Amino acid sequence: MLFPKSEEAHNVVIEIGGLPIEVQTTDAGFERILRGRYRGYINAGAAPEFALRVQLTQPETFDADRDAEVWVEDREWRMERGDFRARWSPAQREGQVFQSANPYSIDSVLRIVHTLMLASQGGFLVHASSAVRNGKAFLFSGVSEAGKTTIARLAPSDVTLLTDETSYVRKVDWRYFAYGTPFAGEFGEPGANVSAPIAALYLLKKADENRIDALEPSVAVRRLLRNILFFAHQADMVRQVFESACAFVAAVPVFQLSFFPDQRVWDLIR
Amino acid sequence: MAATETYITQSPDIACSTLGDDTIIMSTLDSTIFVLNSVGTAIWQGADGATPLSRIVQDKVCLEFDVTGDEAMADAKEFVDELARHGILSVSSQPVSPGEVL
Repeated sequence: MLFPKSEEAHNVVIEIGGLPIEVQTTDAGFERILRGRYRGYINAGAAPEFALRVQLTQPETFDADRDAEVWVEDREWRMERGDFRARWSPAQREGQVFQSANPYSIDSVLRIVHTLMLASQGGFLVHASSAVRNGKAFLFSGVSEAGKTTIARLAPSDVTLLTDETSYVRKVDWRYFAYGTPFAGEFGEPGANVSAPIAALYLLKKADENRIDALEPSVAVRRLLRNILFFAHQADMVRQVFESACAFVAAVPVFQLSFFPDQRVWDLIR
Repeated sequence: MAATETYITQSPDIACSTLGDDTIIMSTLDSTIFVLNSVGTAIWQGADGATPLSRIVQDKVCLEFDVTGDEAMADAKEFVDELARHGILSVSSQPVSPGEVL
């Protein structure tokens, strides 16, 4: 518990990808924002891996034009963007976030923290929609406008959507699993909080017909790396992400999915 | 007068993985990616700083890929220059001790 006893805590444990993080605040309004934003991912019964204490400040405290930067200083991760400033110590199992009372800043901090955690375990966050069908997870990756949300919208009723924007990939005992995330794109809705082993990664390309083509591993790695979220540019982090992408491509089939945007594309995804 | 030998060494500022026949190399300095085919991979694997490029070409390229020495050497020099320009390989006229970074 980071707060002194005189302050009332409104803490929320948010568990994404099997990693519970306690977000600590003394502001009841911000707690309500968190509970709304992360509905389906609140797990009050989970023992948090670490805590992030949020200190609410006025928006004008920050340099609004500043792009996200992540670096190591005094054995802590430091993160700054135009709307927040944060530090996180994996060794101390705690961190602190300065931001205004909005859901977007803490969302970005959580994404960054998860990418840092996953990198050391062979996993990653990737710009991709993902879904579970017949007990298998499928990822649909691409840059903006590639069709991630379109594929998700076209999913038939037997498909469980994990996210339409940011997929969560974890390596567990040499297998890769996709987890649902609350990190939504145009849908604006959190994905289902479930996980499944990944059967394939499809790199999206809009076309006049539906077709699946195999990709050379080197092409798959290049294209996957373009879509993996990573914020820290230290050499060891870059190396970890690269090695994670290569190991993923060696273990999981990667295809190009050319698709015409109607529901027939899902006939190919089983 | 003997021709000057060339020695090549893999940069420490890279990450590298072999998938299928290809070797994929990424610069950890600027995230640039290079994909080497099987001939490039043979030269890359020989880039230990101690073996002359001419020997790498002779032993790893000419023998394994059935090409003539002059042709292979010209292509290898071009390949090495390209990787050196991006900091993926370092080039020296002297052998490089293990751990020594140029």
